[in-house]
Amino acid sequence: MSATRPRYAEEAPFKIHGGCGLAGICDESGKVMSGEQIILAMAVQRDRGNGLGGGFAGYGIYPEFPDHFAFHLMYHDEHAREQTEALLAEHCVVDLAEPMPTRPVKGVCDAPLLWRYFLKPLPGEIERLELSEEDMVVRLVMTINATVDGAFVASSGKNMGVFKGVGFPEEIGHFYRLEEYEGHTWTGHNRFPTNTPGWWGGAHPFALLDWTIVHNGEISAYGINSRYLEQFGYKCTLGTDTEVAAYLFDLMLRRHGLPLELACTALAAPLWSDIDRMPPEKRELMRSLRAVYGPAMLNGPFAIILGFNGGMVALNDRIKLRPLVAARAGSIVIVASEEAAIRAVAPNPDAVWMPKAGEPTVARVQGMPWPIHGDLHLTPQQVSCAVLGTEDVCDEAVEVTA
Amino acid sequence: MAIQVIEGYREVAPAKRAEGEAVVFDANGVYYRQLNDAIRDAVASGVRHVIVENANGQRYIGAGLRVPDLRIEVRGTAGNDLAAFMDGPAVEVFGNAQDGVGNTMASGKVVVHGDAGDVLGYGMRGGRVFVRGDVGYRVGIHMKAYENLVPIVVCGGKARDFFGEYMAGGMLVLLGMNTQFPNDPVAGSFLGTGMHGGVIYVRGEVEPWQCGKEVGIAPADDEDYKALRPVLEDYCGSLGVDLDEVLAVPFTRIAPMSHRPYGKMYAYL
Amino acid sequence: MPATFIQPEFRVKIDYDRCHKCGRCVQQCGWGVYDFNERPIPHDEKCRACHRCVTFCPARCITIERNPLAYRDNDNWTAGLRKAVWKQAETGGVLLTSMGNPQPYPRIFDHLLLDACQVTNPSIDPLREPMELRTYLGRKPDAVKVEPDGAGGFKLAEDGGMSRNIELATPIIFSPMSYGSVSLNVHKSLAMAAERCGILMNTGEGGLHEDLYPYQDHVIVQVASGRFGVGPEYLQRGAAIEIKIGQGAKPGIGGHLPGEKINKEVSSTRMIPQGTDAISPAPHHDIYSIEDLRQLIYALKEASGYKPVGVKIAAVHNVGAIASGIVRAGADYVYLDGFRGGTGAAPAVIRDHVGIPVEIAIAVVDQRLRDEGIRNQASIVAAGSIRSSADVAKAIALGADVVAIGTAALVALGCHVCQSCHTGSCSWGITTQKPELTRRIDPEWGAERVTNLIHAWSHELQEILGALGVNAIESLRGSRERLRSIGLDEQTCRILGVKPAGM
Repeated sequence: MSATRPRYAEEAPFKIHGGCGLAGICDESGKVMSGEQIILAMAVQRDRGNGLGGGFAGYGIYPEFPDHFAFHLMYHDEHAREQTEALLAEHCVVDLAEPMPTRPVKGVCDAPLLWRYFLKPLPGEIERLELSEEDMVVRLVMTINATVDGAFVASSGKNMGVFKGVGFPEEIGHFYRLEEYEGHTWTGHNRFPTNTPGWWGGAHPFALLDWTIVHNGEISAYGINSRYLEQFGYKCTLGTDTEVAAYLFDLMLRRHGLPLELACTALAAPLWSDIDRMPPEKRELMRSLRAVYGPAMLNGPFAIILGFNGGMVALNDRIKLRPLVAARAGSIVIVASEEAAIRAVAPNPDAVWMPKAGEPTVARVQGMPWPIHGDLHLTPQQVSCAVLGTEDVCDEAVEVTA
Repeated sequence: MAIQVIEGYREVAPAKRAEGEAVVFDANGVYYRQLNDAIRDAVASGVRHVIVENANGQRYIGAGLRVPDLRIEVRGTAGNDLAAFMDGPAVEVFGNAQDGVGNTMASGKVVVHGDAGDVLGYGMRGGRVFVRGDVGYRVGIHMKAYENLVPIVVCGGKARDFFGEYMAGGMLVLLGMNTQFPNDPVAGSFLGTGMHGGVIYVRGEVEPWQCGKEVGIAPADDEDYKALRPVLEDYCGSLGVDLDEVLAVPFTRIAPMSHRPYGKMYAYL
Repeated sequence: MPATFIQPEFRVKIDYDRCHKCGRCVQQCGWGVYDFNERPIPHDEKCRACHRCVTFCPARCITIERNPLAYRDNDNWTAGLRKAVWKQAETGGVLLTSMGNPQPYPRIFDHLLLDACQVTNPSIDPLREPMELRTYLGRKPDAVKVEPDGAGGFKLAEDGGMSRNIELATPIIFSPMSYGSVSLNVHKSLAMAAERCGILMNTGEGGLHEDLYPYQDHVIVQVASGRFGVGPEYLQRGAAIEIKIGQGAKPGIGGHLPGEKINKEVSSTRMIPQGTDAISPAPHHDIYSIEDLRQLIYALKEASGYKPVGVKIAAVHNVGAIASGIVRAGADYVYLDGFRGGTGAAPAVIRDHVGIPVEIAIAVVDQRLRDEGIRNQASIVAAGSIRSSADVAKAIALGADVVAIGTAALVALGCHVCQSCHTGSCSWGITTQKPELTRRIDPEWGAERVTNLIHAWSHELQEILGALGVNAIESLRGSRERLRSIGLDEQTCRILGVKPAGM
């Protein structure tokens, strides 16, 4: 790893603290809307941020490349781009590489070099490494983020993208020309970092594959969450608690094959006193979920929105220490930190309510696959080896098992 | 024309018009600073009836105002910290209120015709807050009474967890009537947890597991109804709710068993 | 020549003007310090500064002082070393002692500081809001497997959930102390307290007395090299079974309970004749390698109906690899006993010079198991001088699931840490089998004191969690990010996985 790596990971040695605002809009009918809607929802929550981070995720925005992984890259310099592109070329077929379309905006400065790539992993590589296409992409993302000095993968999923940077969200949205994109699901975030200078990569959403997370609050269990994830080969290079939420969803949904609602339950687990009152079958399930995924529990105040190609899920911590409001207007589901954000988009929704602590609010796009991709056949250490190439660590492990 | 940055609020004074004695401000797209400045200027010039229309999330409406005969009507969604530190005025919201209604409020009255959010009435020391619909988490947290200052909160719908947490004085009433959640219990868990003063009345029954370990649960008796009835009359009159219907279901009283619930927890070194 | 060169360590002073001449001191002292001739006459050389007489003197006229006798200063040839040589020159014996290592090695716990929340994340009020300490001891799967329940929800798939785990109300259990090394009343006190606190006591290697059968769901039964009291009934009664490989106070060596302590009750519990020495060999003679451990673990599981089986080891230099092997051998928990762990009797040279601190052991083992992806497969129990709830919190933050306390529980019962357990004459009635001494502990009284201690520490843990802004112990477990070091060298910090304060 380069000695100058801290240039892009200046925040990494610290956990980033921050208050924030968030919003998500999903048209369950699959009808697309322009990025202006989510910008509007974030703009009325401007006071929840401090201009040091804004960002958006859009889904269904690249219909011309539905089967390509869309990599959004941030580069500190051309050298980082060359290194990254060499890595991409080594493992993938890149069918289109282009600078991100942007426009100058007052208040948005010091943008990194922003590029996007539409790519597919080389079939030969997939076969050689005995990985799924997704694991291959995860490995590539982790490698770039951890080893290429001055490069950061902002998003890496199919038919989706993350647009983020330092500035207020409405400025960032304008900068990225979001009104030119159309998607069925959008999430947005407004950041209020308190202990570090803003960094483009540190803005939300955080993404891996098509999972994106926007997050308000602080995950006080970050220390153990990240150590737990390291067991499974995830490298938490950014030092932010939001990053762990994205990886935890990837682990539980894609690798462990947990249904989405149970993954949410594990992350914002019911209290033992509530579990003890459940009927026996459910109690056993919850007891196991909580005991097994204890290190994954996102403790501390949070509201998060998980976006993915099939829709979005909003979730609060288990004693609801951060705000979250939800609404439905026809086929559109909206969630936000403040009701005002909802009404900015839909002035008279059919219903507005406050979700319960720890209970996911789900919007599901018709006709899109629901994220139950995987099942766990690999042991964690196999996965760990597979993802990071740490076979040597695993070999060492058997030294005392005579 | 070049596309402009989308703005949530503009830092401009709200449009103003008269409606009888009242001054009406159009809050549509106006930042809270300019809106609240306009309200304060109007009040300083002698206006005692202010109407804010097209409100959507503007914060701090009525915050810190100390004019007892002032009446503020909000049409739309009132933003966070509505009537925070307010001492005297009456605020009526025709719509929902966001989080933090009546934060550390000293006196006056807030009536919300819709739902209200989390942490309503935190540290409230006087006055009344009436909500027609549901309320969120931690409502009435650490309300306190002192001499003739007795805060009262009445919520017409259902409440989530930690209703009346650390409550030190005043009266919290939960009716469970106008709710979006007909299948949920009237209150969440940890009802009155840490409570060491004041009283909570719940229309209907609560289970012991819902309550903090510091409280006793009993059916409301005649003394309770004597205290409760005038409050409910005021509530029903303010919100157009049928008093007989409210009183058709017996109330449960939740009150602390001790004013010093943690007296035995510590050992002195 | 004088019989000994060794001068008394303490001086017993009696203010005869205040003395009632009641003789209670004579009666209370287990070591025969006092003669009585119209008034109590102390023999300083027998005093162990256990304060039993001081505590019970109605006139409060007794003080114990350190003997001010000066030795020529020498940081190398300390007075203690000189006395040790004299003692061995007089006797030719291995110096025997007890309790934990008292030497001034760095205490890492005292160089670790916990975090707290301010503004950016809120602290949580532990008195009013839920603050969960419940902990499950045992093996957990890597992932929970579920299947549709036919009603739109999900249920556990067959073998998809947590296997047999022991539920603990708080992450503190009692460490193994055998009946024989401590009295039956101590065992009863601990068993009753374990039941009241929703935790576990541990038989140690001396068997399970039938008076403890009512508490068996809160008892870990230990299997050590001497196999005292071990039979199918014993294995089937326990909540869990523990194979004792070693002990922090005396890693790598066996034990020896002298025949004079093997009275009728001890004899029947250990299933050996009265008056016979109870000798625990250094190794288990059916475990000469790791695969043998696996064989014993599964033998115990078969014999007990698949109860959780843990393995207790002393924290030694290669503890990471050893623990990994233990987990891979099928243990449900690994019990790490640090070099400060207590004992009823151990050679001083071993107690004071062998092993490593438990803080290091926790950090190394937790990280090693994570690196190998097997951390879920076993719980880590940490012991070896857990002195306060702060130590508990720090041990858990380093990566322990549960801590075990021995000395702290005995101190709650009156132990004054006089390091004389091996004499069998404990004036406080704890580490003795003399009936006139053991009756000094009433099990009901003892259970209440130990229960109070566990409850108080649990409350303090809740306060710590609340300050850390988390409301469940699993969010602190292994969260080294919430620790900072002060005054530790860089290498130690790296091993602990803890940043120095200020970073």
